[in-house]
Amino acid sequence: MEKFHTFTGLVAPLDRANVDTDAIIPKQFLKSIKRSGFGQNLFDEWRYLDHGEPGMDAAQRQPNPEFVLNQARYQGAQILLARANFGCGSSREHAPWSLQDYGFRVIIAPSFADIFFNNCFKIGLLPVVLDTAQMDRLFEDVKSTAGYRLTIDLEKQAVITPQNTEYKFEVDAFRKHCLLNGLDEIGLTLQQAEKIKQFEQKRRNEQPWLFV
Amino acid sequence: MQTLYDKLWNQHVVHTESDDPGSMALIYIDRHLVHEVTSPQAFESLKLAGRKPWRLNSILAVADHNVPTTDRSHGIHDPISRLQVDTLDQNCDELGITEFKMNDLRQGIVHVIGPEQGATLPGMTVVCGDSHTSTHGAFGCLAFGIGTSEVEHVLATQCLLMKKSKAMRIAVEGKLGFGVTAKDIALAIIGEIGTAGGTGYAIEFAGSAIRALSMEGRMTLCNMAIEAGARAGMVAVDDTTIDYIKGRPFAPKGELWESAATYWRTLYSDDGAVFDRTVALDAAHIKPQVTWGTSPEMVTTVDGAVPDPALINDEVKRHDMQQALNYMGLRANVPITQIMLDKIFIGSCTNSRIEDLRAAAHIVKGKHIAANIKQALVVPGSGLVKKQAEQEGLDKVFVAAGFEWREPGCSMCLAMNDDRLTAGERCASTSNRNFEGRQGPGGRTHLVSPMMAAAAAIAGHFVDVREFNQ
Repeated sequence: MEKFHTFTGLVAPLDRANVDTDAIIPKQFLKSIKRSGFGQNLFDEWRYLDHGEPGMDAAQRQPNPEFVLNQARYQGAQILLARANFGCGSSREHAPWSLQDYGFRVIIAPSFADIFFNNCFKIGLLPVVLDTAQMDRLFEDVKSTAGYRLTIDLEKQAVITPQNTEYKFEVDAFRKHCLLNGLDEIGLTLQQAEKIKQFEQKRRNEQPWLFV
Repeated sequence: MQTLYDKLWNQHVVHTESDDPGSMALIYIDRHLVHEVTSPQAFESLKLAGRKPWRLNSILAVADHNVPTTDRSHGIHDPISRLQVDTLDQNCDELGITEFKMNDLRQGIVHVIGPEQGATLPGMTVVCGDSHTSTHGAFGCLAFGIGTSEVEHVLATQCLLMKKSKAMRIAVEGKLGFGVTAKDIALAIIGEIGTAGGTGYAIEFAGSAIRALSMEGRMTLCNMAIEAGARAGMVAVDDTTIDYIKGRPFAPKGELWESAATYWRTLYSDDGAVFDRTVALDAAHIKPQVTWGTSPEMVTTVDGAVPDPALINDEVKRHDMQQALNYMGLRANVPITQIMLDKIFIGSCTNSRIEDLRAAAHIVKGKHIAANIKQALVVPGSGLVKKQAEQEGLDKVFVAAGFEWREPGCSMCLAMNDDRLTAGERCASTSNRNFEGRQGPGGRTHLVSPMMAAAAAIAGHFVDVREFNQ
């Protein structure tokens, strides 16, 4: 996993609550057996006027000029502002994969769905929770300021505005450690292999029906 | 005094980073269910890292999302779907993982076949790369959906790193009226607490109305816990649980059965156990539910009407509601029973078990779908459910009523195979998500119970099933 320390990038606003994983990456694209290439179909049904299917050439598609990410001022956005319960719905990791493949490094919202939130950390996409009043302020600022950029400092756990206002956010200490150091969680867990084996043996003795 | 969730959690902690209850814990996984959509990248990474599955007999695999529900003798015609199913077959064959292949009688939706086979047992941790894994909590186990990175993590280590959730108890007391089912309880709860109401919680469903539910009903309810935002839903073990499991292929037998059942009977929340949140519903007040929008919380009762966004003060909420009505092609204040339908879908991991099919068949028996219904599908949850239904003659009831009787799979719940809505089509569906495009691009989904879907098929529009057969 790529390390995450401090990141500054262009911000785009997605002003809508309960954005679900079907909207983030529609089901027809989940048929891929690869981990990459989902970015061109991020928000496919909102982003294009024509219906998307796997294998289509994005350059031949008809972009929806109304959709926020298609507006010229948000081209190259790497930080997404979102509303409550972002990423609700399925467990598909294709949702964070598609956001990351598109270019996003950080999603800021007042709340996230549990599985989506968890999946983001596994791939080094940082989900940041700010309160609704702070979110309202950021939405206002990004809409009124072309080229609006934010800095996210993970070490300090702060979102920093161009005026140097700092919004602090919470992040689990272990997850922060993994992100700062780009650690492979499987490798970390396997350091506990002996403990897992002992636990398993005990379980096998106590509840043998689980192992038949 | 412990909650059921405390008991399940404590049984599985291998290691904790610190004594702080909020710190990450390494949790042992007893059962890993695998399907074709969320596993290929996990198997690939596992291989690239030179790792092997930790415990093969914890894994049960099946292809369900991409499989056709029509004649399968010529395989899958869509090459991309075929490749995904073939990839699962290859990975399972190569590694020696038990898999029910597409033409195996035991094949079906992963959340139907786990319990059906006795592969889901009380006291287990059950995971799958699928959010509806919460279904299995009906058996008094800790079951939740995971992403592909976690699928790989479980394959490689038999464990997951996670933080303990908060515990919520939702008590439903009293007796459900005729025509009101577990699906209506689930939708009523989501209407009450919202799709994010359960975020950060594991929900235990309790109370006399839950105790009175069959295992099928409890599975329907726990299945929808994720639509209330909770990764896990669960119900305490009782005789209903144990009777369901007895004799199933993967269930313990003989002496092992006795000791297992004795342990399972300890899986309930102790009197006085403390929950972080409690919610109470009166079963007698729950009416048949129908969703009108593009989120499961956008739900009302069958005797209600489409709500009016103009009456909502919160700006974001009003805007979302208006957007949902535009997508759904609905006007405010239209009575639910005046909504005309194009298609009917009875199936999915929520409502495709034998009890669901019996309830729907009972409604349509001797009747015929309305002229405006273009297609009505019944997709059993597994090959064994299908066989059972055929032995009971339910297939004939459905076919005589104008329904199509299909092969098992996820089908039109998420339209990864050929079963889907076209733009603008409106469907009464027994599935779990009414998101935009979920059943096909531009398709409009109304979530209902199997009885409500069946009655709507006959009438051509929503009807109150409580008055339908009388």
